[in-house]
Amino acid sequence: MTASPDILVIGAGPAGMAAAVTAAEGGAEILLVDEQPSPGGQIWRSIEAAPARRRALLGEDYALGQAATAGLRAANVTCRFETTVWHLGRAAPGGLEVGLVTAGRAALLAPAQVIVATGAMERPFPIPGWTLPGVMTAGAAQGLLKSAGAAAEGAVFAGTGPLLWLVASQYRAAGLPIAAVLDTTHAAARRRALRHLPAALTRVDMLVKGWRWQRALITAGVPVISGIDRLAVEGDGRAEAVAWSTEDGRRGRIETEHVFLHQGVVPAANLTIAAGLTHDWDEGQLAWVPRLDRWGASSLEGVHVAGDGGGIAGWRAAEARGRLAALDVLRRLGRMTRQSRDDAARPWQKICTQEARIRPFLDALCRPRAAFRVPPDPATIICRCEELTRADLEPAIAVGLEGPNQLKSFSRAGMGPCQGRLCALTVQGLIAERTGRSLAAVGHYRLRPPIKPIDLAALADMEIADDAA
Amino acid sequence: MFRRLEDGPAITMTWEGRPIRAQQGDSVAGALLSAGVVECRETPKSGARRGPFCMMGSCFECLVVINGMPNRQSCMVPAAEGLRVERQCGAGALALDGAPDLPGEEA
Repeated sequence: MTASPDILVIGAGPAGMAAAVTAAEGGAEILLVDEQPSPGGQIWRSIEAAPARRRALLGEDYALGQAATAGLRAANVTCRFETTVWHLGRAAPGGLEVGLVTAGRAALLAPAQVIVATGAMERPFPIPGWTLPGVMTAGAAQGLLKSAGAAAEGAVFAGTGPLLWLVASQYRAAGLPIAAVLDTTHAAARRRALRHLPAALTRVDMLVKGWRWQRALITAGVPVISGIDRLAVEGDGRAEAVAWSTEDGRRGRIETEHVFLHQGVVPAANLTIAAGLTHDWDEGQLAWVPRLDRWGASSLEGVHVAGDGGGIAGWRAAEARGRLAALDVLRRLGRMTRQSRDDAARPWQKICTQEARIRPFLDALCRPRAAFRVPPDPATIICRCEELTRADLEPAIAVGLEGPNQLKSFSRAGMGPCQGRLCALTVQGLIAERTGRSLAAVGHYRLRPPIKPIDLAALADMEIADDAA
Repeated sequence: MFRRLEDGPAITMTWEGRPIRAQQGDSVAGALLSAGVVECRETPKSGARRGPFCMMGSCFECLVVINGMPNRQSCMVPAAEGLRVERQCGAGALALDGAPDLPGEEA
């Protein structure tokens, strides 16, 4: 039988790695788990194995992951990869309880403290045809570039947000022909973002970077079409073309087998919601965000959240928030005084403040259009797993099923294997639109463990840590 | 179609009984896409074709049968020599005659 670690860190991206390393420096016993086979998270996916040419292609921010993963490997941290957390909560007598599964073997641990660093996921982008094979997220395209060195010729990139432009520019750097970039950024959003520009100018390096990505694509002759307000993927059994129109009335159709969609990222909140943490609706980021203090401590005793899972702020902030969470956890475990925690925290708090300055500008500029958050077309699939369209869900809202959980019971929206990851925001947005209530008032799906499917055989054969019984 | 920007250590797996070439470091979904396979399953409800979408374990669109075990997220399973990967049709069922390999027992 195994014993539980002092601190369990969930997720080995920038926040989780920084948290684990900092906590290990404080002398605590750390277990770091991640679903991927190696550390880095999505931003530094496959960084340890990527050949030099691939690293060069992906750019300097990607290459920085080498130092971060090397730091983790040198630290006194036990890492368990290809490991999924399917449960986090408080056991009946009061301690924390975490369910893991590694290679078909389940375990239940009782760590004293947990740092959740599960990061972000791409916002759903429900348009007609978005379930056709060949349609993927821009993040998926980038993940393939990082992990497999694979890329598709003649793809269409559609949406808004820094990642869309980054991936398209990485494709261009790889010499791949791009059919078009369809920019859905709203003209009104550009205007609204302007008032946040002075604060954002403190990170002029980031603004310049984004501008360079766009310029490089245009200079390379990639068709960039702005003001896109309608998108539909067409095809018989797989993507064959994208139809588009713009706010000023232009329209067109581009033949392509690959469509990469992106309209920003949101906290991957399934674990934190299922664990019962209090979440608030963030109208600026259009997402549910766990309620945290400045150290990342959540409403659930013993659980901190670090990185983009606690609100989108980017990888530099994620690292800093990982360190801050670890310092606070060390203080709670009695391994650090309040004073030493506060002293050690100062540089990381400064980074958090710096990184936060550009966020309101980016959030306003890249705010997804209403029509791309909740599809106006009745035949568009909203819940991919259960194949439910807007037309399937509207009648239930009309007869008074006005909460996401009632709607779930009635329609099965959110009850498929993805457990609402790809439909929750859309379903909530549809209810808000139909009832005139705010998204904060509509609320979110109630989620329960297991937050990812687990084999019954693994559960039946679960190893329970001595201290978790 | 996806193509490789560089060569890497090769692995051979099968897709629907046909050998496909993968590289060390691929996920099964990455290997399938790089071999030109964009759709890998039929939905339980309508039989619609689906393929990998998020490549990070969120969407469950890339479910396949691996070594006889259905409902495996192909984007989360590392490619390995000799894996038998098949299209998942519908909800996926375990063959009761001839027990499938358990996930932990894969090579």
